[in-house]
Amino acid sequence: MRIQNKSLHRKEKAIEWLLSGSSLVSVLTTLGIIIVLAVDSFQFFTEVSIIDFFTDKEWTPLFENKHFGILPLLSGTLLITFIACAVAIPLGITIAVYLSEYASKKFTAIVKPVLEVLASIPTVIYGFFALQYVTPLLQKLIPGLAGFNALSPGIVMGIMIMPYITSLSEDALRSVPNSLREASYGMGANRFQTAFKVMVPAASSGIIVSVILAISRALGETMIVAIAAGQEPKLTFNPLESVETITTYIIQVSMGDVPQDSLEYRTIFAAGLVLFLFTFILNNISYWVIRKYRQQYE
Amino acid sequence: MSKRSKKNHAKTRDQVFKYFAILCTGFGLLALGILLVDIISKGIGRINWSFFSSLPSRHFNESGIYTALIGTASLLFFTIIIALPIGIGSGIYLQEYGARNRFARFVEINIANLAGVPSVIYGILGLQFFVRMAGLGSSILAGALTLALLIMPIVIVATREALKAVPNSLRDASLGMGATKWQTTRRVVLPAAWGGILTGIILSISRAIGETAPLIVVGALVYVPFVPEGPLDQYTTLPIQIFNWTSRPQQGFMNNAAAGIIVLLAFTFLLNGIAIYLRNRWYNKIKL
Repeated sequence: MRIQNKSLHRKEKAIEWLLSGSSLVSVLTTLGIIIVLAVDSFQFFTEVSIIDFFTDKEWTPLFENKHFGILPLLSGTLLITFIACAVAIPLGITIAVYLSEYASKKFTAIVKPVLEVLASIPTVIYGFFALQYVTPLLQKLIPGLAGFNALSPGIVMGIMIMPYITSLSEDALRSVPNSLREASYGMGANRFQTAFKVMVPAASSGIIVSVILAISRALGETMIVAIAAGQEPKLTFNPLESVETITTYIIQVSMGDVPQDSLEYRTIFAAGLVLFLFTFILNNISYWVIRKYRQQYE
Repeated sequence: MSKRSKKNHAKTRDQVFKYFAILCTGFGLLALGILLVDIISKGIGRINWSFFSSLPSRHFNESGIYTALIGTASLLFFTIIIALPIGIGSGIYLQEYGARNRFARFVEINIANLAGVPSVIYGILGLQFFVRMAGLGSSILAGALTLALLIMPIVIVATREALKAVPNSLRDASLGMGATKWQTTRRVVLPAAWGGILTGIILSISRAIGETAPLIVVGALVYVPFVPEGPLDQYTTLPIQIFNWTSRPQQGFMNNAAAGIIVLLAFTFLLNGIAIYLRNRWYNKIKL
């Protein structure tokens, strides 16, 4: 009996080690990402000065006359993210408030999952939609608009990330205790006042997290921009021009025949590091807000 | 301003917001509708048997998605084999074993972060580790390992949520009968949570099936006129084939892309539908 217990105990321990070992994989993944980006970026910065990297206004690593200024890629990334957010944030929050405070339960139960379908569509499909439908439509409204521009993929990306904001913000509004809503109505406030003076402030941390996650999604989005924005690194904030983002530059190099271990090849690691840092900071802010928010309600 | 007009003013704002919000909701639904109609109208004419059974070609009306379908299927097969045991095991550890220790909390922060890393960055990781250092080249296996790391956070989070929903009374009853921790987990908790875990698995497959960017970075080819025969062969996938067709100037290839999109959307919607069905069925069962 005792011997059996001992072997059982050993088996239990072995399984626990095995399971904790599988948890280690995600730690190693993070570590791997940081190491891969850091090592090649370090080698990149031994050849290119970090000051030039952040101040040079041209990004032409694949041309004869090489410039390594990240600013054009950054401006392209931020421009597209800005357009996407200008579409997604007002729409997303408005719909969330409407679904949670105005619409009937039945309407919300149908509309919310239908809108969430938008978030499940593969992004290469949105790229096609931007290039084949939205750009020609915009060209009718804005004469002289180039076939590749920042506006069309930006708008389409906004439609793609909107359901993240709607869904998470609606959840946040729904988790506000009903007593707050009733107290507000009891004081004579109407729906609009209750929604924006009581409910939205009470759910603000959840809404902020949804917005941060959407921004982080937009920064890292690749295929829509690769298909519809034109892959031209330009330091511009004009939405009618073609631009290139960090993500699409990485795709462009991957599809070309850049020799490995060359300086051109290492540019994708330096650019990737900049992108990773952006999203890493945003994700940590949202993680921090979520933790604080949980403590408030428990 | 009199009290009455102030009240009217508040009422107007309420109404204005209501109609504005209905307009916004309508816009979201309309965008989805237009997207579907536009794609179906462009692509449906190309959907026929030869589209599924043909190799890609320089002539758009002879091109098909045969190699892309085989590539996607083999890629998903290996991705699932790699991601599931590790993802589910990790979820079990975090939820059932390490609930309060420091390592588990550290891993938790890690997973939250990984879920937010852009997919193209996973491509860079895969390129350096699997394609180059492990010497796998641009093979199906290298792509599958990369995608497995990408969907792992989804599997882990879904496993944890499903385990969390299992009532503690079940665990206590099993432990009280003298079962060990692992016996309880394997014979009582996991069967009760299985419906929820399966939902998460299907959602993660639906995510993997549409991924494009990381696969381009790890070297999936855009033009593959042959069928891969083993895990070390080169390959293409359906989204990459679609991407390739959208980058051609001729409208004929655009229609091919639309037809490919119809197939890809059908898979995505089917998987999501199954996931929602399973989740509802499981949720009703576990609540009882």
